[in-house]
Amino acid sequence: MVVRVAGAVGKFIYGYIFGDDWMVAVVMILALVATGLLLRAGVNAWWLVPVLAVAMTGFSLWRRRATIARTA
Amino acid sequence: MTGAGVVFLTTFLAAVVEAIEMVTIVVGVGATRGYRYTLIGAAGGLVVLAIAIAVGGIALAAIPIGPLRLVIGSLLLLFGLQWYRKGIVRVAARGFAGYHPQELQEEEGPPESGFDWTAWFLAFKGVTLEGLEIAIIVVSFGASAGQLGPSILGGAAAIVVIGATGFAIKGPLERIPRSFLQLVVGTLLTSFGTFWALEGLGVTWPQSDGDIVLLLVFYALSAAIFIGLERRARPRLLAVAQS
Repeated sequence: MVVRVAGAVGKFIYGYIFGDDWMVAVVMILALVATGLLLRAGVNAWWLVPVLAVAMTGFSLWRRRATIARTA
Repeated sequence: MTGAGVVFLTTFLAAVVEAIEMVTIVVGVGATRGYRYTLIGAAGGLVVLAIAIAVGGIALAAIPIGPLRLVIGSLLLLFGLQWYRKGIVRVAARGFAGYHPQELQEEEGPPESGFDWTAWFLAFKGVTLEGLEIAIIVVSFGASAGQLGPSILGGAAAIVVIGATGFAIKGPLERIPRSFLQLVVGTLLTSFGTFWALEGLGVTWPQSDGDIVLLLVFYALSAAIFIGLERRARPRLLAVAQS
């Protein structure tokens, strides 16, 4: 029972954070870390996360199209 | 000591800004995934809030809101980007016609039976964070003005007024196709998530809260460009699939 609940919770957390493209989530987490480091260095890098969010969405959509074309 | 009317109006207006963010998330998630578990999540958030206020009282003003914003904002950003991308793909493929039956099968959307944890979690987080910010505004402003009563009334009035407005637009929202609604809510979650996460990190936004609107415009325009690109690539993909 405990294992089943833990498994369901783990699956939910993974799906919530990483979804069906883990690369987007990893890059966004790194972008947040980089923004924090830049802030410590005195750079107010508010633009980094929005720019990378859009760039990663574009990359993810391109990868999806490439996969469809390859498997068709 | 500041006048009771001034304290009421100031806390009301300050709380309205936070309440709009709270209700936007609850109504958006409810319209996309169904209201049942969304409202359970929102109610859960309000219960946690009530307990925090009852236990913490004046000490609430000392809660470090920055780390809380960072965690909740990051989670909203990561989840919002998933809906943002799926919304782009679906609107590009089907326009305003809604989901393709095949896509419905792939969709990990609202479960037919059982608890919808995603809807619950999104609403719970939105209500807890925004509610806590309202509570902090109410407590810090009311205590420093020596007018806690009018301050509490101002905060509560803001939640009631904006909540009622959100409930009133619930019907029209349900008539919007789900694929488009998913894109809109994905854009909203991504924008709020970006704003809160970076604010939590300590970023100074050039236009303060006004940058939420700029983020919304930026993500919406980008989505429009991606939809155009997806539509241009679609005939080529269909040709490859048929060859």
